[in-house]
Amino acid sequence: MFNDFNMGKYAVYVWSSYGLALIVLVASYVIPLLQHKKQLRILKRQRRAGRLEQ
Amino acid sequence: MKFPFMPFLHRISSPPRFYRMACRWIPRLGWTGLIFMLVGLVWGLGFAPPDYQQGNAFRIMYIHVPSAWLSLFIYTVMAVSAVIAFVWRIKLAEVMIIANAPIGATFTFLALVTGSIWGKPMWGTYWVWDPRLTFELILLFQYFGVIALYTAITDRRVGARAAAILAMVGIVTVPIVHYSVVWWSSLHQGSSFKTLDNPAIAWSMLVPLLIMFIGTNLFYLAVVFLRSRNELLLREKQTAWVGEILDKGV
Repeated sequence: MFNDFNMGKYAVYVWSSYGLALIVLVASYVIPLLQHKKQLRILKRQRRAGRLEQ
Repeated sequence: MKFPFMPFLHRISSPPRFYRMACRWIPRLGWTGLIFMLVGLVWGLGFAPPDYQQGNAFRIMYIHVPSAWLSLFIYTVMAVSAVIAFVWRIKLAEVMIIANAPIGATFTFLALVTGSIWGKPMWGTYWVWDPRLTFELILLFQYFGVIALYTAITDRRVGARAAAILAMVGIVTVPIVHYSVVWWSSLHQGSSFKTLDNPAIAWSMLVPLLIMFIGTNLFYLAVVFLRSRNELLLREKQTAWVGEILDKGV
């Protein structure tokens, strides 16, 4: 039985929970992904400049 | 002592192997996790029947319960990594401590906030100093402590050692949170899920919860790989294998 996602009087509580969870989970995936790209870019530049030699 | 899975553990704890494995598994785990979460959500929010006491407010469960479970599970993973890092000084275990801490803090935060939003219509308040809630809040501060200690010390290996001690000691909070609703009389309701033979909620409500469990756990694994990959790259930036990846890709 489909309820049309109608939360009745609890709509504000249910949707604010899921809205927040959506923002937090997307951020927790995207932030380290972007960091990885940035790190690779910086490390490549440092390597070309010869600053990563031991 | 010889364990049958030791050769496997040795192989994957080598940083270049682990890094490449992470690169392969991040999209697979991420997408599968997303699909499970979408199915669980549509099922839980659109098709599961409303609760006879809580009406539609119970649907917050589908994000609250998996978050709370992960807040404890991730701490346990972090503490086990801490023991391995402390005793055997395996680099990957040190990386795992610091890769797990922020994602553990994230799910603890979500468990606390969604629980709080659920508490308002059901208990009449966003917050009470109930044992379950209080110790979950302490757990959040423990995650912050591990992150702060690690980042405060410049030498990553020394920092990891300090963070490992804190993570190991803090494991006491995990069983306290778990059993808090049994040990003390608590405002928080009991566990919805104990064994498959005897669930405390109807199957029509439980199945989407189980699907959300699988989805969020896969998502967690993807994020752990994302974070440990970054940490490995920084720690090993002067090694030959990172040089190879920088020149030729994975």
